[in-house]
This record gives sequence, structure tokens and C-alpha cells, in this order.
Amino acid sequence: MGKIILKQVNKAFGATQVIPCIDLAIEDGEFVVFVGPSGCGKSTLLRLIAGLEDTTSGTIEIDGKDVTDAPPAKRGLAMVFQSYALYPHMTVRSNIAFPLKMAKTDPAVIEKKVAEAARVLNLANYLDRRPGQLSGGQRQRVAIGRAIVREPSAFLFDEPLSNLDAALRGTMRLEISELHQQLKTTMIYVTHDQVEAMTMADKIVVLNAGNIEQVGSPLDLYNKPDNLFVAGFIGSPRMNFVRGEAAKRWSAPTVGVRPEHLKLSKEGGTWKGVVGVAEHLGSDTFLHVNAEGVGMMTVRADGDFPVTSGDTLFITPDENRIHRFDEKGMAIR
Amino acid sequence: MARAVSTRRTAVFTIAAWVIALIIFFPILYTIVTSFKSETEAIKGFNLIPSGTIESYAAVQAQSGYFKFFLNSVVISIGSTLLALAVAIPAAWSMAFSPTRRTKDILMWMLSTKMMPAVAVLVPIYLIFRDTGLLDTRIGLTVMLTLINLPIVVWMLYTYFREIPGEILEAARMDGAGLWDEIVHVLTPMAVPGIASTLLLNIILAWNESFWTIRLTTTNAAPLTAFIASFSSPQGLFWAKLSAASTLAIAPILVMGWFSQKQLVRGLTFGAVK
Repeated sequence: MGKIILKQVNKAFGATQVIPCIDLAIEDGEFVVFVGPSGCGKSTLLRLIAGLEDTTSGTIEIDGKDVTDAPPAKRGLAMVFQSYALYPHMTVRSNIAFPLKMAKTDPAVIEKKVAEAARVLNLANYLDRRPGQLSGGQRQRVAIGRAIVREPSAFLFDEPLSNLDAALRGTMRLEISELHQQLKTTMIYVTHDQVEAMTMADKIVVLNAGNIEQVGSPLDLYNKPDNLFVAGFIGSPRMNFVRGEAAKRWSAPTVGVRPEHLKLSKEGGTWKGVVGVAEHLGSDTFLHVNAEGVGMMTVRADGDFPVTSGDTLFITPDENRIHRFDEKGMAIR
Repeated sequence: MARAVSTRRTAVFTIAAWVIALIIFFPILYTIVTSFKSETEAIKGFNLIPSGTIESYAAVQAQSGYFKFFLNSVVISIGSTLLALAVAIPAAWSMAFSPTRRTKDILMWMLSTKMMPAVAVLVPIYLIFRDTGLLDTRIGLTVMLTLINLPIVVWMLYTYFREIPGEILEAARMDGAGLWDEIVHVLTPMAVPGIASTLLLNIILAWNESFWTIRLTTTNAAPLTAFIASFSSPQGLFWAKLSAASTLAIAPILVMGWFSQKQLVRGLTFGAVK
């Protein structure tokens, strides 16, 4: 079990409100990702759930039990940190066994559980090494192993892949997703990388300045963003926004259209523009087009779309994929 | 050409380093040389070649009994160091990992006590020691040296602990470690180089402390500093005997410092270089 409920949770550091007031329910077995820009309070929220920070007010329940004032060890959670936070003076075996040792588990059981975790995480050959002798990916696996052996009701991940290179990040992303499918335990994952959020989550919680902007499945957020912030944050490259006169034809002060929902033509279209920069990725080409009366637009084109900087193009948005927003930045549906 | 300049620079720096090292070491060297002279030789004037007599050592041992003082020095310096560490490790831990708005002020206040001349509190401390029966006792001196060196020990440990990532201690807390487990199983093993160099430095400081050790003892608890001082007299010949006593007093700490210099330097530069 790992159902976590946050009720009216508030966190302030002195006069600074980091988390003004949050209500959130995380169901048992869900993979929930907290995503948002740096300083939005996502890590603080995770640390409040972990018990590493005290709430200023509000309650946190885990499996129906109020744990607001319980110390971290009594919450039945395990956490994987950004810096791995392995004990450098202990071997991999001792690192993984540490939480069991603290729980005064029988040595024979410890040995069995450590061996099992090492097998699952491909660490069996490294058990007698120290963290300093391991690669970044292996260290991250040890940190996960240390979390697994506790058999927690939920796993908390605080930007665990930030210190890894791009290739390894992709592999580890997959491994964590597979682990979730295997264990079916609640996982809360904090990241500022919306690609990680989109690819891993059952449910994404978008945070901004300590407030929840929207909660939903990755595709919900992509297709039906509630406001300008979510629309701009989810999706890569980010959504284009059109304001003022150009937006009036859709009866809204602001409209948004994603780069992949813009059609390109050399003959004619809604907006005329000049290509500033063309980024060729092979599979796709991202064009940064200065459109007349609209401003800079990013357009996703096919990888072999023939275009160079300075070319004139016409852009036409897909009418069915236009997002309209009111003066307050809220979606008009 | 560049290599020739570089070689010349290295040679100049090496010579300069040796000259500076010799200047610093010279008083110790001359003390050792003088200790192997007779009293008449010792007062004759500057002379680096001693006759090699060990009569001063024999006289010193016969007159005072070196080992009693040596034992007192060992008990007092090691005892005060262990006591200081027992107090300073939790203090530095709390200041490094749970700082409050006043932590910096407390650290400054602790350090400021070292700026006060010891003689300013000599009378009250002497009276307290007299009234509590701590004068000329090992326990009294151990407590005194603990308190004197505590600010430095806390400061050093605080600096080392600050180098330890807080996330590791948080991980230990998540793993179910209580405060005691956190300090014993995680913090202390990680801070071993820092703790070791603090321990060594504190032993050296306590071993060499002379102001309080001379004033608060007479015979029973007198350490080697008092032993040296006892050979200084307003009249008569005492330079060779004083040098022999000094050599005997500094020899143990010199040997310990020599063997642990790697650990000392490592600890003292901990955090300064990655």
C-alpha cells in the first residue's frame, strides 16, 4: 500500500511562502511526477512527504495514517537522492544492507535481500566495491537498491538522473519505469525535465511558485493544458503563443499552437515569415521563423525539409489544435 | 631555454625552502646540541659541535624523575583531547547540519574566548581550583586543557563536517538511522581524517601548554612543561640541563608529529583542495 494524501499543506521559511497551500491525492501504485521550473517548490514538496522538512501547517497521510509529525524513518518511505547520497566508506553490500541493519533485521535475511536486489539491479559483481569505484549509473543503481530492500510503501526520487549523461539518463529512465511495472509500488519522482515527466508518469503534477498548476496524465496536459504556464511548460520545443491582433480571429486574447501543429508551405498560408535559424536533428528540423505580425515562431518540420536560413515560408496552424486562453491566461474551452 | 629557467627556479625555491626550514628548526636543533654539552661548554658561547656528554640527561633524570612528568603529560594531553572530542563532535554536528540564525555568532564567541589573555582569568580560576580541591590534580588539569582547546576543536570539526554532504545524513535518516546511528555509523567514519588531525593537533597543543600547567600544579600532576621550568633558576649553571629536559619533553611529540605528518597535513588542508 502507498496511498498518500496531502491536505492544505503549507511550508514557509520565515516570511517566504514556498508552498502556499497544496491539496493532492496520490493513489497506491501510481507513478507521479512533480515537474516545474527551478525553485518552484517541487523538491520541498517531496521533502515534506519524506519528513526531511516540517510542514508549517496542514496534514500528510500515508495509507490513512497521519504522519505529519512522524520522523522520516517512521513513514515507511524510501528516497533516492540527486547526488546518490551513498555512504562512501561502506561497500555496495553494506550500503544496500544499511536500512535493514538499522531495522535490526536478521543477518541471514539481510544477505538474501541484498543478493536479490543486486540481482535485479545487475550489481552482483560489484558488491564488494566502494561507491568511489563505480560509474554514475552503477551508483544510482546502488541508491535504488538501498531503497528497494526496505520494501517501502512508496519510493521518492529527487531528480535522480540529473548527474548522468544524456545516453545513461535514457537507459536509467527505462530501468526505473520497468522497476515500477515490476514492483507496482507508488513512486513520486521530481524532475525539471518535462521529457522525463512525459515518458515516465502515470500522473504529472505541474508546479509553479509552490502552487499546483494542473494534475493529469501526460497526454491530458499536452492536449488540454489548463493555462498558459502548463501549455508553455509541457511539450518540447515549447508551444508558440500568438497575442493581440493576430489572435483576434480565434476570439481570444492569446492563442497557442505547438510547433508540430504548424504546416509549412512555400506557396501560401496564414502567416508569412523568414527563417532565422534551422536546427537539423536528422529526424526533425526545428525552424525558428520570424512571422509578420506575429513574432518568432518555432515550427517542427520533417528532417529532410529543404530550407535554409533566410528563406521565406508560409505557416498555417492546424485549426483543430489551437489552444485559446483568456486575459488571465486560463484555457477557454 | 624554458626548461633551464624552470630548473633554476626550482633550485632557488628548494634552497629557499631549506633555509627557511633550518631557521624555523634551528632553536630545536640548538637545544638538542646544547643538551649534549657540559654546563661550562654551554655558557661559553655559540658552538654547534658538542662534546657529546650525556651527563645533563643523567643529572636531569636523577634530579627530577622524567617518567613521572612524562606520564602526567600523556594522561593530561590524551585525556583532555578525548574529552574535548566527546563534547565537540555533537556540538560541531549540530552547528554544521542544523544551523540556526545564531550559529555563526556562537562560533565567533567561542573563538573570541581565545583572544582573551589567559592571565586575565588566572586569579578566579586559581581560586576555583583551590576551593574545589582541583589544584595539582590530573583531573583538574585535564578539564582545564579541555576547556582551553575546545573552541579550536569545535571550529576544526565544524569545518570538516561542513564538507560532508547533508544529503548523506538525510539518506541515513530515511534509512531508519537515529541520531546515535547517524553520528556513529555515518558521520564519524566519513570525518575520520578531520577527526584524526584534530586529535593530533589537540594533543600537541595540550602537550605544549605551559601557562596553566605550570601555575595549577606543583608536584603530583606536573607535566613535562613544569619539568622543564624546574631547571630554570636565577643562579648557577643550568643551560645544558634545561636543554636536556627540553629535549626529553619535546622528543615524544616530535616523534609523533613526524610519523603522523601526512595525516596532519591532510587533515589541515581538508576541504581546501578537492
